[in-house]
Amino acid sequence: MDKQDKRDRFEAAVMPHLDAAYNLARWLARDEHDAQDIVQEAFLRAFKFFDGFHGENSRSWLLSIVRNATFTWLQKNRKSEILTVFDEETHRLDEESADTRDSIQQADHLLVRQAMENLPAEFREVMILRELEGLSYKEIAEIIGTPVGTVMSRLARGRKQLLGALAASLKQEGTL
Amino acid sequence: MNCAEFSSLKHAHADGELDLIRSLEVEEHLSACPGCSGERDNVQIAKTVIKTPGMYFQAPHHLKARIRGELGLEGARTNRAPWWRLTGLRLAIPAACALVAVALVLLGLTWNSREKQLVREVVASHVRSMMVDHKTDVASSDQHTVKPWFIGKLDFAPPVVDLAGRGYPLAGGRLDYVQNRPVAALVYQRRKHFINLFVWPAPYDAAFSERIAEVDGFNLVRWTRAGMEFWAVSDLNKSELGEFARLVVGNDPVEADGNQENKGGNTNPGTGLK
Repeated sequence: MDKQDKRDRFEAAVMPHLDAAYNLARWLARDEHDAQDIVQEAFLRAFKFFDGFHGENSRSWLLSIVRNATFTWLQKNRKSEILTVFDEETHRLDEESADTRDSIQQADHLLVRQAMENLPAEFREVMILRELEGLSYKEIAEIIGTPVGTVMSRLARGRKQLLGALAASLKQEGTL
Repeated sequence: MNCAEFSSLKHAHADGELDLIRSLEVEEHLSACPGCSGERDNVQIAKTVIKTPGMYFQAPHHLKARIRGELGLEGARTNRAPWWRLTGLRLAIPAACALVAVALVLLGLTWNSREKQLVREVVASHVRSMMVDHKTDVASSDQHTVKPWFIGKLDFAPPVVDLAGRGYPLAGGRLDYVQNRPVAALVYQRRKHFINLFVWPAPYDAAFSERIAEVDGFNLVRWTRAGMEFWAVSDLNKSELGEFARLVVGNDPVEADGNQENKGGNTNPGTGLK
């Protein structure tokens, strides 16, 4: 592939997904500067391996590179985060009354953001890919390299923990 | 379907990952089980709290410049529109249709110009009917009252279905004016939300197609069926509006003939997952 041709193709196929890439890295790394470094590195890698990309879904392809780059980075720089074992029972939504649901629905987005950031990265990534990128289970499964069933169970556990955490912080605030 | 089965499918259901048959089974169970309806609401809330603009981190401009610089892309092409405006064009290849569908749900559709104008008109009609509190000309929850009311007022007979048992009671109907023609507007209710279902004869014999979009905070679902064009507009969430659309389709006589292949989704009765 001609060099300029490759640049043009990369520009057209991959650059449009920079926001999606950054959003994912930012949610996983939970820090804007780290996310920028990770994304830059991921784009260099994507460009390097772009000759070998012949698929149609450049967004999934890029996101897969970004999430792997992010997890590698986390492994290296913040090992403790990945290894943290979360006790699912501590974050449980007990009695889901309609009132509780209303309060959670109206919760400030900063509170939601904080609750999301406290979830395990594996849950966070499927939730972000599903809700903010609108990807199907199958696409998510391909990006993170797991079976579709794993995507669904992580979404289920992540959502449950998110609601539990939100209910807990609203209670602490006295809103609930 | 029992509660345990529902529990195992509730996330796939909320995410629109179930095929039509399984989806209808879930709806049926939900309409009879308050406990599971609460579960469904929980899942829905866990989804919607994430889906707000404040939750999306956009790449800073200097990062884009930095990457372009590193890769020698500078000057390759400038003044590009942001990718979300191009998504529909870029991926307009059949193999990418599925991706486009989900991407567009999230990002707003790139409609063709007729549709764009229709979207504006339909949303405006919906808003107007809410603002002036003139939702219905004929207020009735009885389809046998609403349907005959249109006779003589329109040159077509809009199908009117009763979905009260499924949680979408009919509130009535009214005449509206869209695309320079009188149309039927059927008004349904879901909790405190109103749904305007606009119906008129399809201008051409379009195959069934369902599209869903979000405009100014309103959700829209459009489909054509049996020679009629349908537009459902509401401030109701996408999932429930989609469910509403499926219920309308599922209750019309064409569907009863077993003609389901046009419904979109791959049917896979084994798992119920698409």
